[in-house]
Amino acid sequence: MVRRIETIGNEVIFSFEGQPVNARAGDSVAAALTAVGISHLRDSVVSGSARGVYCMMGACFDCLVEVDGVPNRQACMTEVRHGLDVRRQSAVVEVRS
Amino acid sequence: MTIPPRAADTLVIGGGLVGAAVAWGLASRGETVTVLDEGDLALRASRGNFGLVWVQSKGDGMHDYARWTRSSADIWPDFSERLKEETGISTDYHKPGGMHLCLSEQELEKKRALSHRMHNVNGALGYGSEILDRKQVADMLPQIGPDVVGGSYGRHDGHASPLKLLTGLHAGIKARGSHYVSGAGVDKIERDGDGYSVTTVKGVFRAGKLVLAAGHGNSALGPLVGLDIPLRPEKGQILVTERVAPFLSMPTHAVRQTEEGSILIGNSHEDTGFSTLSTTPVMSQIASRAARFFPLLKNLRVVRSWGAVRVLSPDGYPIYQQSETHPGAFSVNCHSGVTLAAAHAMLLAPMISAGQLAPELDTFSARRFHGQTH
Repeated sequence: MVRRIETIGNEVIFSFEGQPVNARAGDSVAAALTAVGISHLRDSVVSGSARGVYCMMGACFDCLVEVDGVPNRQACMTEVRHGLDVRRQSAVVEVRS
Repeated sequence: MTIPPRAADTLVIGGGLVGAAVAWGLASRGETVTVLDEGDLALRASRGNFGLVWVQSKGDGMHDYARWTRSSADIWPDFSERLKEETGISTDYHKPGGMHLCLSEQELEKKRALSHRMHNVNGALGYGSEILDRKQVADMLPQIGPDVVGGSYGRHDGHASPLKLLTGLHAGIKARGSHYVSGAGVDKIERDGDGYSVTTVKGVFRAGKLVLAAGHGNSALGPLVGLDIPLRPEKGQILVTERVAPFLSMPTHAVRQTEEGSILIGNSHEDTGFSTLSTTPVMSQIASRAARFFPLLKNLRVVRSWGAVRVLSPDGYPIYQQSETHPGAFSVNCHSGVTLAAAHAMLLAPMISAGQLAPELDTFSARRFHGQTH
């Protein structure tokens, strides 16, 4: 089980799939979700199987989520902000014209 | 790992797309081949390729090159199918035709003149491109922006994944009982009986024939077997976006969508020596031009970028040559490692195997850069 090694930073509340998540200022979205036990961030568009954090450093592109309506954001490279609306990504992304 | 045998029928120096295609072709003729690859310190043009199998725009100044390119495009479907049957690896090859998009009337006029010239010389056997007006282009690619005035459509054009092609060729070489040795930069080439021995940091290898396919490395290796191979570097930079649902029905000269959904954006031509750096001004130029071709690209995030160095001869056309002083030693150079992979595996390799390049390749000798006296 993942646990925080320290709890410095002010509390920040954002939402994942419409549910409130308590995080700490300075957390990445990936770290904040991992800290509360959420590991399923998207479904593979090829196999449909669950995907989540892997490298935690911006290299693997496995932790893609939708953030405030923008798809394919790397959860590990996105800092939490109060009121952020994070969604699990489950379909192929259509490019908007 | 098994230690590769020290003797083979042919040694191929260079494990990129050119060397691997020739090696796979030779192995299919029953030869045992050892591929000596320098390793990741090499310039690795084959890892930076855009992935077009492109006929239009090739060979305006050398019609044999137009015909050679067309031959390769014609056998690409069979080549790709065979590679997949043998290795299970798909090259993601598709041949929907390809579009060169024009942003000005002058550019379109140049393409029209080129198309006429190519058709006059090669007829139906060659170039096969048609000039389309804006509406005709929009019928095929509805997402073009208002700045696109027309385009040149080549029905023989297509695209493939350079990395899957390279992986497939390496798997095919192994499947046919030949060997690939990495980290084997060449120190020395010497005559050895009626063949050659090549000294590398991984030991000495011996073979009856020798193929130099080391990209820019051929300039240094050529003189060891009596060949003068003049080459110049030209950098190209590529941007890659996030993956999205398929929306491009065909590749264009500067933008294509891969099987995985990523958009590749490229087509810079820079004289910056052997640098492979990504640079912001060029990346920004590439991106803004791409957004004029397809404005919806503005909504995509770029996730990767890289630079790679093309292997160009002084006139830009390939070099194929057997050494006169060192029979059985061949030099193979080109910058279209993907487009010509099929020709290298299925047309060139049999000639090398037979010890003689066909007369149709005479014009590709590097002697064209040295006057007629040689």
